[in-house]
Amino acid sequence: MDLNLSDEQRLLRESVDRFIAETYDADHRRRSAGDPLGFSPAIWKQFADLGWLALPIAEEYGGLGAGAVETGIVMEAFGRGLVSEPYLSTVVIGAGLIAECGSEAQKQAMLPKVADGSLRLSFAHSERAARFDLAKVETAAMKVADGWRLDGHKIAVIDGHAAGQIIVSARVASDDGTAGKLSLFLVPAGTPGLTLRDYARLGGGRACNLDLANVSLAADALLGDGSDALPQIEAVVDRALAALGAEAVGIMQIMFDMTLEYTKVRQQFGRPLSANQVIRHRLADMAMHCDEARSIALRAAVMADAEPVARGRAASGAKAKIGKSARFVAEQSVQLHGAMGVTEELDIGSYFKRLLAFDTLFGGSAHHYRRHAALGGRTPPHA
Amino acid sequence: MDLTFSAEERIFEQEVRDFIAQNLTPEMKRATALTPSVFSDPDIGMAWQRALHRKGWGAPGWPVDAGGPDWTPAQRWIFEAECARAGTPNVNVMGVKMVGPVIIGFGSPEQKNFYLPRILSGEDYWCQGYSEPGSGSDLASLKTRAVRDGDDYVINGTKIWTTHAHHANRMFALVRTNDTERKQDGISFILIDMKSPGITTRPILTIGGDHEVNQVFFDDVRVPVVNRVGEEGKGWTYGKYLLEFERGAGIASAKLRDALKTVSDLAESDATGRAIDDSDIAVRMSEIEVDIDTLEMTELRVLSALQTGQNPGAVSSLLKLRVSEIRQAVTRLGVEVIGNDGLYVEPMRPLYRLNEAPGIPEEMLPIVPEYLNGRAYTIFGGSSEIQRDIVAKMVLGL
Repeated sequence: MDLNLSDEQRLLRESVDRFIAETYDADHRRRSAGDPLGFSPAIWKQFADLGWLALPIAEEYGGLGAGAVETGIVMEAFGRGLVSEPYLSTVVIGAGLIAECGSEAQKQAMLPKVADGSLRLSFAHSERAARFDLAKVETAAMKVADGWRLDGHKIAVIDGHAAGQIIVSARVASDDGTAGKLSLFLVPAGTPGLTLRDYARLGGGRACNLDLANVSLAADALLGDGSDALPQIEAVVDRALAALGAEAVGIMQIMFDMTLEYTKVRQQFGRPLSANQVIRHRLADMAMHCDEARSIALRAAVMADAEPVARGRAASGAKAKIGKSARFVAEQSVQLHGAMGVTEELDIGSYFKRLLAFDTLFGGSAHHYRRHAALGGRTPPHA
Repeated sequence: MDLTFSAEERIFEQEVRDFIAQNLTPEMKRATALTPSVFSDPDIGMAWQRALHRKGWGAPGWPVDAGGPDWTPAQRWIFEAECARAGTPNVNVMGVKMVGPVIIGFGSPEQKNFYLPRILSGEDYWCQGYSEPGSGSDLASLKTRAVRDGDDYVINGTKIWTTHAHHANRMFALVRTNDTERKQDGISFILIDMKSPGITTRPILTIGGDHEVNQVFFDDVRVPVVNRVGEEGKGWTYGKYLLEFERGAGIASAKLRDALKTVSDLAESDATGRAIDDSDIAVRMSEIEVDIDTLEMTELRVLSALQTGQNPGAVSSLLKLRVSEIRQAVTRLGVEVIGNDGLYVEPMRPLYRLNEAPGIPEEMLPIVPEYLNGRAYTIFGGSSEIQRDIVAKMVLGL
């Protein structure tokens, strides 16, 4: 039992903290927001050079073989900087799906490219009718003579515009008319029949809606051997939840630090805001929420490779709990900044929006408390 | 970074389990489960304390030369977790966990030699004289006065919320020995024999129907000056040291998990018509479970820091706040889970010695009293409002 950082983990934290502090300021974020790509390819290259893109990738594919705790260290700092580079979609989710489902050849072909920064990935899974049910996919894949044909609509495809390969989930029609298997397909950017409508994403970065109309793919576009991919998707999304939790912790902490500082400086009625007990108690509660979020995010990371039920409960528990805590810290940070908190003139607003996006991604607190209960055998999943 | 214990720690865990299996009688376990107040009555609690003492485990937090078992922080964690899981009695903490550390830290050699063995063996049973009718959260305003007369102090005044004063043969108390400008500077820490002439005790029933706390009156009570711990006027410092023990619950998650399991078992039983099938109750159960997971991780983060000699920082107030709130959430859910059976009132105590079978399943008896009495968790040991003041000051530097 040891929850202290190892020497390597401490070094990683120092290096990513330093990079974020030196590189990501409000000006940098404004430039990224105005850029059609939404992030800086030069910085992506630096991530590769620093080894961060290789972190969770296995060593035999050019990676460093690190785990969810290391990912969390990086993501927490990224939260503080409101990093908009496609780290979660490429390294955590995209590479994660390839590692979980891909054939040896697919892993050999793609994972080293993720690690060296030359391939970016995106996961097109969510559909309007599914809400946050990972099993609910209507996009259809049809086996045809020379490969596959895909038709369907995906929404909220994070960083789809920037990906060399988009991993698309689809149901493979079965011969006997029963619900087909959930499968994953590698769709190269620019494939005919693929229409991307990308937009500036809430809280920074970009996302797109994706229409697939008669998209023809080669036979080897299928990721893996065609067995149902839901368990692997759940495993990777659970890891993404842990990573997002760590990112949220970074955002919550900086919002709290800024707010604490502001209440010491802002004078009203001849004394600082922080001299008022109602404000002090609010700040104490915010500090508590930040610390609790830190604990439960760490738990999700440490449990990321546990058996599926324990892993899923840890991930959903963290997402649910941090969602609640993040909302409190974010809303109170705006509240205690007064009217200035509701303007675009302070960073508080940018952080606020990123936490709102965090809460939405992969489902909010209510959804994840229900999943936690269902995985614990307490209630049917869709009760 | 990992959550598993080492091979040696696993062996120790087994040793604790074996000890519990051999010493925790079914009667003790049942009595503990059916006690809706904070501490077990002395017949149950001290039976367990004596068993621990025979094993050399009577005071896990004490230094070795005072009789402690020399455990690592991880061993203390394992011990507390196993005890919680098994449902061992809740030994009154006033002796081992409160006055003990103060005597060890500030007492005279004579006091150490006399009192510490008697605390370990359970021969002495302690109560705490801190709060007064006019001094709750503002403890330093206390007025119980000790006036020097030869080799004695003569004590007049009253203490309130005195847990188990009706069982105790000794009290440690904060008394005013001087009217200083700064109220804290006139307070001394004194050890009182409860059989001294002039002491009377009045029971106070809490809203759950339990007699756990009392008001104690002092009418010209003579206490030898040698019963003062440390220096005159330094009692506030010693008392605060002790309050840190009271707040720094340290290892509370295991007990809360056990309490939630009791509620969860009820919710899954036919006795409650399977309350768990109400998805609102199932989700609330998950919310509390995640809160306990969170608390456990915080405790383990503190433990990890302690094991490598780092200072975990001023987290005890944060922990006290959350522990008390989570405990109340568990008891509140319990009331909801038992539904209409919560209307049944059993006035007799102790619940484990009723003469007739109760009108509801026995395991439901403590649920409502626990909720009612449990409102005190956010009040005693420094109310939640005081804890937030402390967090603002100590943690946030305000």
